[in-house]
Amino acid sequence: MSLEIKDLSHIYMEGTPFEFQALKEISAEIKEGEFIGLIGHTGSGKSTFIQHLNGLLKPTSGSIILDGLNITKKEIKLKKLREKVGLVFQYPEYQLFEETIYKDIAFGPKNLELSDSIIAKRVKDSMTQVGLDYEKMKDLSPFELSGGQRRRVAIAGVLAMKPDILILDEPTAGLDPRGRDEILSQINKVHLQTKNIIILVSHSMEDISRFADRIIVMDKGTIALSGKPREVFKEIDFLESIGLAAPQVTYLMKGLKEKDPEVRDDIYTIEEAKEEILKMLRRRKDA
Amino acid sequence: MDKMIKIENLTHEYKGNEGDITRALNRVSLDISRGEFVVIIGHNGSGKSTLAKHLNAILLPTEGLVEVNGLDTANPENLWQIRQSAGMVFQNPDNQIVATIVEEDVAFGPENLGIPSQEIRERVKEALRIVGMEEYANHAPHLLSGGQKQRIAIAGIIAMRPQCIILDEPTAMLDPSGRREVMETITRLNKDEGITIVHITHFMDEAVNADRIIVMEDGEIVLEGQPREIFSKVDKLKEIGLDVPHVTEIAFQLKENGVSIESNILTVDEMVRELCP
Repeated sequence: MSLEIKDLSHIYMEGTPFEFQALKEISAEIKEGEFIGLIGHTGSGKSTFIQHLNGLLKPTSGSIILDGLNITKKEIKLKKLREKVGLVFQYPEYQLFEETIYKDIAFGPKNLELSDSIIAKRVKDSMTQVGLDYEKMKDLSPFELSGGQRRRVAIAGVLAMKPDILILDEPTAGLDPRGRDEILSQINKVHLQTKNIIILVSHSMEDISRFADRIIVMDKGTIALSGKPREVFKEIDFLESIGLAAPQVTYLMKGLKEKDPEVRDDIYTIEEAKEEILKMLRRRKDA
Repeated sequence: MDKMIKIENLTHEYKGNEGDITRALNRVSLDISRGEFVVIIGHNGSGKSTLAKHLNAILLPTEGLVEVNGLDTANPENLWQIRQSAGMVFQNPDNQIVATIVEEDVAFGPENLGIPSQEIRERVKEALRIVGMEEYANHAPHLLSGGQKQRIAIAGIIAMRPQCIILDEPTAMLDPSGRREVMETITRLNKDEGITIVHITHFMDEAVNADRIIVMEDGEIVLEGQPREIFSKVDKLKEIGLDVPHVTEIAFQLKENGVSIESNILTVDEMVRELCP
């Protein structure tokens, strides 16, 4: 499963005084098994972009090729598309509606007309994947849960569809550090097992830096930068100029480099920073 | 010390549909001084928001006492005065905007207080100046960025001239520049306008400049102190599922590797100074 985006443009309310071009001829290729971090200032076009990937929006021009099939065509069956591309919206916990957790998660798979036993297995698996106890919780009402747990139920509902491409829009907003960590680690685990494509939209550079293989940076409806976290976060000045930032660790390394030019500043994780600082201290001791 | 908020043995219980009771706050006592900048951290479900909602009488104590500006929140006659003294800003800016033009949105609060229109105009102007949004007075709020919307929500509170502002995760939905804008605004309100701030957040780096950090767990206050004291307890914070700023974490790990370094480092600048004096 791979995804190719060619010259994708989207204009809202074309031909009216409110006309606004949210996407400007975007091209990108996302390969099987990639974990993409999608970042950008509010209004940079991220949401417009991801809504094209499961057919919620149709482009004004351009195309999206999913495994050889142009999914922007009118005759594309949206139901089929949404089996392949799962989208978890911001604050998905507000979209729960069933009486029990089981029913809520089973809603999607039921629409796929799977057998009851397969549905049960999928519900159970996806609950385990997001860290919810199946036996204890399946018959509870989602409305009895805390916000963080409701979020997990909502994510499980999308996982139960087993999408080849899973798009998550700010899945950790408002969660505490442990909750953020757990949800992202669990998603990453599913990703490593199934080799699905993940597109994680987040304002947390720390979250992105921990999981993404590649970062796509959007600005004013275009892709301003794309590359490995190391390459992207090095561009601190550019990121700041478009309303973003680098992880705190990168700022630290940049500050150290100003004092000691031998220090590497293409570092974005705590572990690497620790090693590089130890190296710096050893170097100083030897000198 | 002049108290802005006094909380004594506050217990709050939520009743479920089947009469089951969840105790969200358990005999919490806390005083907040006038002009203080307090940050509350704690994981989801620890009772932070329940506590915050008691500070302007959205929730009332099941047991115990909450006084805002010397007024008992349990007395319905105090409600208006309490809401005027203590304003609240929530997580989602879109749920807090009521009007279609920025200045009308900011004027909504003072209008409800029955303030004469000339004065409202002055207050709106001043509030927008304080949050740095003057030039957007005639814009449509829904076209603003998240950080700008949140600053408008804050301006709406400021226009009511509160002595205290409670912010419940105001930056959770914002991008880095939006977060920076809102944090700068909150700091300014505290330093320049002398407004008491109670800020709830999951971002540890937003807590480093507070006068005091309160750590909540299971409906109780488990730690309380200056940022430097709190964040030096790396193990304890991790144990309850919280974090420390990443530079503090690095300092902690360096120390474990035998480097002689202060482990109560909170910012990038401090760390650079410590390592490269």
